[in-house]
Amino acid sequence: MKRKSLLMVLTLILVVGTVLAGCGSKNDNGGSTASGGDKGSSSAAKEQVLHINLSAEPPTFDPAQAQDTQANTVLKMMYEGLVRIDKDNNPIPGVAEKWDVSSDGLKYVFHLRKDAKWSNGDPVTAKDFVFAWERVLNPATSPAPPYAYQLYYIKGAEDYNSKKITDFNQVGVKATDDNTLEVTLNNPTPYFLGLTSFYTFYPVHQSVKDNAKWATDPKLMVTNGPFTLTTWTTGQKIEVTKNANYWDNQNIKLTKVTMSLSNSSATELSSYKAGQLDYAGNPNGTIPTDQMPAVKNELKDELDLKPIGSIYYYVFNTTAKPFDNVKIRKAFSMAISRQDIVDKVTMSEETPAFGFVPPGISGDKGEYRTEFKDDFFTENMEEAKKLLAEGMQEEGYTTLPPITLIYNSDDKHKKIALAIADMWKKNLGVEVKTENQEWGVFLKNRQNLNYQIARAGWSPDYNDPMTFFDLWTSTSGNNDSGFKNKEYDALIKDAFSTPDTAKRMEDFKKAETMIIKDQQVVLPIYYYTNVALIKPNLKGVVIDYAGQVDFTRAYFE
Amino acid sequence: MVRYVLSKFFYMLVSLFILISATFFLMKAIPGNPFMSEKNVPPEIQARLMEQYGLDKPVYQQYFKYLGDIATGDLGISMKHQNQEVGGIILQTFSASLKLGIFAIVISVIVGVLLGMLAALYHRKLIDNIAMVLAVLGIAVPSFVLASLIQYLFAQKLGWFNVMGFDGPLDYVLPVAALSAQPIAFIARLTRSSMLEVLHADYIKTAKAKGLNWMTIMFKHVIRNGILPVVTYIGPMTANVITGSVVIEQIFGIGGIGKVFVECITNRDYTMIMGVTIFYGVLLMLARFITDIVYVLVDPRIKLTGGKEG
Repeated sequence: MKRKSLLMVLTLILVVGTVLAGCGSKNDNGGSTASGGDKGSSSAAKEQVLHINLSAEPPTFDPAQAQDTQANTVLKMMYEGLVRIDKDNNPIPGVAEKWDVSSDGLKYVFHLRKDAKWSNGDPVTAKDFVFAWERVLNPATSPAPPYAYQLYYIKGAEDYNSKKITDFNQVGVKATDDNTLEVTLNNPTPYFLGLTSFYTFYPVHQSVKDNAKWATDPKLMVTNGPFTLTTWTTGQKIEVTKNANYWDNQNIKLTKVTMSLSNSSATELSSYKAGQLDYAGNPNGTIPTDQMPAVKNELKDELDLKPIGSIYYYVFNTTAKPFDNVKIRKAFSMAISRQDIVDKVTMSEETPAFGFVPPGISGDKGEYRTEFKDDFFTENMEEAKKLLAEGMQEEGYTTLPPITLIYNSDDKHKKIALAIADMWKKNLGVEVKTENQEWGVFLKNRQNLNYQIARAGWSPDYNDPMTFFDLWTSTSGNNDSGFKNKEYDALIKDAFSTPDTAKRMEDFKKAETMIIKDQQVVLPIYYYTNVALIKPNLKGVVIDYAGQVDFTRAYFE
Repeated sequence: MVRYVLSKFFYMLVSLFILISATFFLMKAIPGNPFMSEKNVPPEIQARLMEQYGLDKPVYQQYFKYLGDIATGDLGISMKHQNQEVGGIILQTFSASLKLGIFAIVISVIVGVLLGMLAALYHRKLIDNIAMVLAVLGIAVPSFVLASLIQYLFAQKLGWFNVMGFDGPLDYVLPVAALSAQPIAFIARLTRSSMLEVLHADYIKTAKAKGLNWMTIMFKHVIRNGILPVVTYIGPMTANVITGSVVIEQIFGIGGIGKVFVECITNRDYTMIMGVTIFYGVLLMLARFITDIVYVLVDPRIKLTGGKEG
């Protein structure tokens, strides 16, 4: 009997506990509405705290190891290079107060400001830059910095990185005193100044050599930019807080930037609509293409479409049938309507592309694209049919071999591919199969020339047409077209070594004529726009020529 | 009993070994490597990276080295997240998935059993009908549809909750609701049918005939017997909830282990792929293992060969 009553009591406790727990969860719900109200008032009082989303977690905050857009956005907040890029894409003083360039364009002397400090109060010196650049180039650095080649413009840098020389003193970078940095280059490189604003060129604090994990731990990270890393919860959240030791901190109005880490563009958009985010879309996320009509309708005033210097194109495998014939390549290129694609498929006011260098990239005096119009070909269905027939005759085809267009799995790429295949069918009477491939598989197939025609995109590494043209040289690791041409290589080599900008631009013009007008190695489709939603009270967000975003001088009105 | 447990455990180890080997070789068979990108790094830098991570060696050598490493409990360093340990990333992200999962399981059991009991007690009455319609809905509506729906309604339109994030207690409400809807429905139906069976059993009639009061009958006989099937369901449900939260995590922007799993495959982050696979494998096998044992403990009808205690 005693045992039975004990059981009874236990069962009772279970049931009562269950009921109480049930109530507990109800109370939770009740509490939620109350604190929901709190949230409303706190967002009104949030003042200068910026909320953004990163669609992928930055793998590292070590400037030497970084190689992605997400890291770029955050590193810009935490570090400052010798120069910064202003809203008009001009290099302006960063850690370097001023600089002198020798008349042959080979030697740069940077004078560092004396009030530049690390977040722990140490002064930022020229030695910190030498230390950082040595670390990037040192072949013993593990893991090997993938972007070390961004420093190859410096004399001896490539040789040191590939172990041809072992003495770093032979590399063209020296700290003559704490505030003077001397850099010697291989070739006059007009875009070198702008390059020093790139993260691979950032200084790092010399304490990092003692701990390999410094770039993953907010407590160990010492930075020299407007913000410092204060929270990093893997998979959840990254937070940076204003750095009181930053030399220009009176011009930094944000006190904190909170970054959520959702990889779902639908979630990002609805979070923006609910007021949880102040900024959504490119470059750290995307607005889903199927939501564009709704966004254009509901959020017209907050939608920010800015042309940027990237291009969306298809590349031909010039060694595979039937695209080893230039007339057939030209026919395919002429037989689509680019305006329809940007109006009806992508819907983000992109510019149809008929060349390879997007607007916004510097030329001789102004922009390259305004100095040289991209009128290398026109869309012409009759002409396309004629060229196709001629090409087929040259090759002795009665019908074209089966053609497959490959793209990496993505909703937007798929829509564009289907639209273009449809246009080819209608305008040329050619049936083209479209096939999506997983990213890694896709890259491998493209690099191994195991395709006929493939989707591609290119964004600039620096503000100069060179970044679009050295892609197609015979030695380029990114040339997936099978196109090899000595004359082209010579043009690019000349543009590399000549200090005469007008001549360089002429070389580029010739190079572009060759790959678009004469050879049609690529089928340009459109020049990208940066698609973002920005809350009306958020000002001062800078999106540069390459579509990278700088939030450091942003503020709320 | 001991022999039974030991043999189950042995089979678990064998399955784990097969899982590790199969994953390793399949993973190596997919084209690509952790350092690929649309902008290729120069071949000499690429080669140096491959060498630093031991990827330049023949696959069988990499395989044996990996087996040696995990035998000592070392899951290695992530190849994408430089200088971060695989074990550390798994623990950090799994803690979010685990919190979400535990809440979902607790809520499922409590709400599911209560609903089922009510339905059984008021059999063929209004409450029963309502509970069962809810249960059918819960089973029929996929969790991601429910998740998007309640996110749109309660977070975006009404603004009661955050659309995404996982900071405060409030952030648990919507994902837990979405995740537990299906198990609640299942448990409710399970409880209801088993309670109905018990309510009509002869021993309940006997108890009533003896003149025991209603409370005693309920607690001592009906609930204890009626809840048994639910206990055995908890094991597989735990595994389902924890591994099945991938989509829910994505919708609510929660950095759980599901996201890591999907991303590491796209990135060809070899050490991470292996680490997460082993982790999931062990988790599922343990859930299975415990369920097998619990079955034996609660259901004497499962006979063990040669077991005298049986």
